[in-house]
Amino acid sequence: MDPVVREYAPILILLAIAVGLGLVLILAAAILAVRNPDPEKVSAYECGFNAFDDARMKFDVRFYLVSILFIIFDLEVAFLFPWAVAFGDLSMTAFWSMMIFLGVLTVGFAYEWKKGALEWE
Amino acid sequence: MTPADLNTLLPEIVLALFAMSALIFGVYTGKDAVARSLVWATVAVFVLLALWIATTGTGARQAFGGLFQDDPFARFAKVTILLSAAAVLAMSQDYMARRDLLRFEYPVLITLSVVGMMMMVSAGDLMALYMGLELQSLALYVMAALRRGSVKSTEAGLKYFVLGALSSGLLLYGASLTYGFAGTTLFSGILSQLGEGVPLGLLFGLVFMLAGLAFKVSAAPFHMWTPDVYEGSPTPVTAFFATAPKVAAMALLARLAHDAFGAIPGDWGQVVAALAVASMALGAIAAIGQRDIKRLMAYSSIAHMGYALMGLAAGTAQGVQAMLVYMAIYVTMNVGTFAFILSMTRDGRPVTTIDALNQYARREPLRALAMLVLLFSLAGVPPMVGFFGKFTVLKAAVDGGLVWLAVAGAVASVVGAFYYLRIVYFMYFGKEASALDREMSPVQWVMLMGSAAIMVLGVVNLFGIEPAAALAAETLVR
Repeated sequence: MDPVVREYAPILILLAIAVGLGLVLILAAAILAVRNPDPEKVSAYECGFNAFDDARMKFDVRFYLVSILFIIFDLEVAFLFPWAVAFGDLSMTAFWSMMIFLGVLTVGFAYEWKKGALEWE
Repeated sequence: MTPADLNTLLPEIVLALFAMSALIFGVYTGKDAVARSLVWATVAVFVLLALWIATTGTGARQAFGGLFQDDPFARFAKVTILLSAAAVLAMSQDYMARRDLLRFEYPVLITLSVVGMMMMVSAGDLMALYMGLELQSLALYVMAALRRGSVKSTEAGLKYFVLGALSSGLLLYGASLTYGFAGTTLFSGILSQLGEGVPLGLLFGLVFMLAGLAFKVSAAPFHMWTPDVYEGSPTPVTAFFATAPKVAAMALLARLAHDAFGAIPGDWGQVVAALAVASMALGAIAAIGQRDIKRLMAYSSIAHMGYALMGLAAGTAQGVQAMLVYMAIYVTMNVGTFAFILSMTRDGRPVTTIDALNQYARREPLRALAMLVLLFSLAGVPPMVGFFGKFTVLKAAVDGGLVWLAVAGAVASVVGAFYYLRIVYFMYFGKEASALDREMSPVQWVMLMGSAAIMVLGVVNLFGIEPAAALAAETLVR
């Protein structure tokens, strides 16, 4: 095997898998799947909004609330990852700092839960 | 992190724990039914913490490797912030309850913003500065939009949020430049870097941070949000905006200027002087056309920030002392004035137009007299305390070699006196108009009368705040 090809073999394999798998999925949908389209099914989401539309339209403010609440926990995970990866080398200070952070976050979570922000209706 | 660090931070920790437990308590019990008792509990906690900080603190301490500073300067600002927040909260309870605005989150949000302010005035590092500032600001954005059903209130909240985010962006950009060129975010580290020369990037960082903070103190030319936010927010929230956050942001500005950039007072001094002269001029002139008393108070606060900045621009310990005294007087005057504005109703509905005050003195001579004292004090008419506030900053500017700035301030104060005196004219000599309601909640009455009494009695010795401010200024300016 050519040494250059050998050096980049892993990424070539990955590319092959990605392209192959992508093709298989698309072709499978074209060949195997039952086709019975109706306007709701062919829209991007069966719920939510059209993907391509004027940005200045009315939409339910509850979507906004859900996404805001999601971001909080998204960020929490972003904080937790490096902390968890380095867990073995952490001092007690670092451990308790994260525990305090999680405690504060839990207070907020308990508030939003009890306040009913997680209920759709 | 050691127990000593946490001990230094104890007032903030207590307040944060109080805010969180109040939130949980509120939501798991009666929700808005407990709002009233939560308001009074919060007032009590604020007052007790202020007493605790005022009586127990001695000397200067650091925590977390210099991130957090506990010194007489921070304590002076914290006591002012806590007491003014308690006063505003106490007098707003009645107004909010009448208009069905008294959510239990309201005292919690105020508490959280006060925690942020206490962090701000104690910041010893750019990170701590930003964290305190954001904790304060985020709580304030929500409070501006507290009256969810009103378009004006939501507009105020949105406008405040967007411009606040912009100013935070400016501040962060400046902070990142400063960090890049100084190699540290610690104020003491930046100060020692300045000893080895001042790279241009550091100057850019300094100016961007000053611009970001100028937004927060609503100094011209970064004042655009102030009138709209003041007008749109519920009046108790406006009263809060006009008092404690202004003290915190001004103290933060002073701390950044002296702790981090104390080696180059000439550089930030010129920026601060420009902000001061623009604020005084704009506050004096733009308020003349206002017919809404909340918008008028917004321009008034812009002008007052100009005078406080004048003290800072001098770059001396005397200047910082004058600024602290000025801010304490300003807050006291505003608490009284807003207590009066909160009581302005006609048939139970709040009124904020100035001509509603026509002939007020004939029906309510005592309240009109108290308001007259406060307006004279705001205008800086001797012998009210407000005059001495202006006098000390003008003197600090002259002693600091900024005679032109002092002259500009004196001229602006004469121009500005017009619109304060016009309200007095309406109250005493205005045309006959439909009367305002006579009722006023006892707390508001006490705040109005107390504030007016302080403005008269304070001329004796300013209640001894001058030595405390001098001590605070000495620790900051070395």
